[in-house]
Amino acid sequence: MTYEERLQNVSVLGAAGKMGSGIILLTALEMADLSLKPEHKGKTFVANAIDVSHEALAGLVKYLQTQVFKAAEKKMVQLRHFYSDRPELIENSHIVDEYVRHVLGLIRPSVRLESAYDSLLVFEAIKEDPAVKNAVLSQIDRNNPNKPWYFTNTSSIPISELDEGAGLEGRIIGFHFYNPPAIQKLVEVIKGKHTLPELGDFALKYAKNMKKITVPSNDIAGFIGNGHFMRDLLFGISLAQRLSSEMPLHEAIFTVNKVTQDYLVRPMGIFQLMDYVGLDVCRYILSVMNPRIAGGSLHAPLLEEFTAKGVKGGQHADGSQKNGILQYDKGKITGVYCLTRDGYAHHNDFEERCNQRLGAMPEGTPAWKNAVRVSDKDSLFKPHFEKMKNQDSLGARLAVEYASESARIARQLVTDGVANQVEDVNTVLLTGFFHAYGPVNEYL
Amino acid sequence: MNALRKKVYLVAGYNTISMGTGRKEFNPKKERPGLEQYITEAGQATLKMIGGADKVDECVIGNFIASRFNGQANMAAFFPMIDPGLRYKPATRVEGACATGSLAVLAGVKSVLAETADVVLVIGVEVQNTVKAIYGADYLAAAGWAKDRKAGHAYFFPGQFSERAGAYFEKYGRDRTRQAFARWFRNAVENARLCPTAQEYHNTAAELEKLALMEPNGKVFVDHLNVFDCSKVSDGASAIAVVSEEGLKRIGIPLSEAVEVVSFGHVEEDITKPPVDRTALTTFAAAARQALDRAGISIHQVATAEVHDCFTIAGIMAVEAIGLAEAGKGPDFVSAGHTARDGKFPINTTGGLIGWGHPTGGTGVHMAVTLWEQLTAKAGDNQITIPPDRPYGLSVNMGGDDKTLVAFVIKSATA
Repeated sequence: MTYEERLQNVSVLGAAGKMGSGIILLTALEMADLSLKPEHKGKTFVANAIDVSHEALAGLVKYLQTQVFKAAEKKMVQLRHFYSDRPELIENSHIVDEYVRHVLGLIRPSVRLESAYDSLLVFEAIKEDPAVKNAVLSQIDRNNPNKPWYFTNTSSIPISELDEGAGLEGRIIGFHFYNPPAIQKLVEVIKGKHTLPELGDFALKYAKNMKKITVPSNDIAGFIGNGHFMRDLLFGISLAQRLSSEMPLHEAIFTVNKVTQDYLVRPMGIFQLMDYVGLDVCRYILSVMNPRIAGGSLHAPLLEEFTAKGVKGGQHADGSQKNGILQYDKGKITGVYCLTRDGYAHHNDFEERCNQRLGAMPEGTPAWKNAVRVSDKDSLFKPHFEKMKNQDSLGARLAVEYASESARIARQLVTDGVANQVEDVNTVLLTGFFHAYGPVNEYL
Repeated sequence: MNALRKKVYLVAGYNTISMGTGRKEFNPKKERPGLEQYITEAGQATLKMIGGADKVDECVIGNFIASRFNGQANMAAFFPMIDPGLRYKPATRVEGACATGSLAVLAGVKSVLAETADVVLVIGVEVQNTVKAIYGADYLAAAGWAKDRKAGHAYFFPGQFSERAGAYFEKYGRDRTRQAFARWFRNAVENARLCPTAQEYHNTAAELEKLALMEPNGKVFVDHLNVFDCSKVSDGASAIAVVSEEGLKRIGIPLSEAVEVVSFGHVEEDITKPPVDRTALTTFAAAARQALDRAGISIHQVATAEVHDCFTIAGIMAVEAIGLAEAGKGPDFVSAGHTARDGKFPINTTGGLIGWGHPTGGTGVHMAVTLWEQLTAKAGDNQITIPPDRPYGLSVNMGGDDKTLVAFVIKSATA
């Protein structure tokens, strides 16, 4: 079966979710572009967008309308070629409208799992729960006569486990997008023990056509992305707890968040990133990873304490940040949750005190949004880390300690056989987490 | 026809800001001034300089395509909005694609020559940031033959001039031509940085030539030009008064503050035909030659020119078309710095279409205002020296791909 044939009937499970909506968007665009090629004209392409509720699917359709429109405007040059044989489509606006109609016409929203029974390719982006995934995948596979291929977006569950659990005979591969899939460039590709080689070839071509950067990860729970993020997060929590012997915990959290964002020149501080991902999701990923890795040392009781109080983070339907460990106003951090007070402590009450403890920021600290665009990273970060190493302040000491730990985690992932090389870990952090520099570097 | 049968002067020029990307105040997500505000600002400014609406006999407004960008036609009826004193006075809207502004000035000149008016208020305006550039490209494509649109590029006019650039590269060499493009861009921005109304006034980019040498990417734009080779999408208006000797007395402005329209050139080429030669602006050259011949002067008596650099390639070919360089030698002339503000023949001294901006229907009026400023020593930081033996200014305004061309030769009224 050719690449094009494989993409003639695709189902996305969890299509209305944060990840699924991006996956169905990118896949439908790829299918549309194939269907518009002269050699494929007249062939039918179907993308089933499957999710559990009509309400969620109605939201998905709105999202897709907007996003396909934007995508069409961006690739107008190409689209004019596609439609060169349609004399009635003269202006760009005619072509955009026609393309949007065409793409949306491929997408069949459905609340029935049965819709996937004809598919040749099934994308799975449902709840990060091995039992649920196994049940759904095996149900489809029992009823689908096509022996379909399964692409799972799991960020933590070993592919071999799903393969065996659902009885898929190697017709599954990990294809882990980063959030939001339409924008983030990275895809982690994970082959299970028995994954058929054809799936790997297809995955690479498909990723390339969507202009994604792929990084191979080995089939160990958490893979590279969560393998690094979860340990980084646990270190952030442990550091805050250590500091809480000298200051209230919420001030320690503020301090660690500031060091990880501003001193380390990251797009978000570590606690903000936990909120962005959602505390429940973080806990869940840890619970999936912990029993599946050697040592089983990934515990974060503090996260349990927060979620027990209803502090959860995550995003509103419009993509804006919900309050979590940190409090937000229009995306800006305004406070930190205080477990002893059962409420948020406002920045104004402690920010200055924390900053004084941290000491002055190293002179010339780059801003992340500028640094991320600079091609010569060494010229920015060598002197920055040099200053931090030589500066006798709490902020600089914490930053250097944190960066060293992040590098240690990255190297450990290679030692543990999760990543083939440290460069892969760096690529994941650079492209999936938008860091301005990789954790393994010559700055420390 | 040679010299004009009557003295015709230009006075009281005014430009609004050329608004669009690059200006700090520009925010595409916020509500912005529309046609009404630009027309009012420019019109009232010129009226104030000439002593009010009661001095005006007639009005002309140049606008290319508000019918699509703004859903607005019947533009002449905006004049009474500027000032109630203009109610019930004759007004006309003219259109000739991107040469609209100069056609508007020319319509004023002809009214004065016909002795149907002694004072004509001329405004050129366009407000184009109402839609994304990808849709604006469709509207602007109307400057070409509608039947060519289907086969044309998504960005129609950049596509047309990219083809010209490609042909020029092939015939005369790519690298040296692109170097000249980069120099053209640098000159445009450096001049614009001196002019507070220019769209690139806030441009602080370092190493402009290096920036401009970015490789074109035909997958997302056109094959032979990059964004720095193109004028931007602009909103803006310019106004000027066209007056007779009697008119000048009526409004009480001294000759020293006026420029004289010595001659004009106006030629049309068949819109249904492809260019005769993609490597030359042949119609452009005909208009410039006509204006210079009618003035009885050569290009070597001209101190400065405003030329239609909708794209850098048009700028380079314009240099050849007005007779400053032979075919294929335009890039050398530009790269040598001769067209820079301190060069031997400064061109587009307030930035031109690439630097100052290109509110299409306003551009020809803006050219007239710039020459008026330069030749009456009102150009402020943009002022260049006008040598006494070269007292003339030349403007050449182009509509479409070398189709509608209007040129003026202008000199100080006291020179």
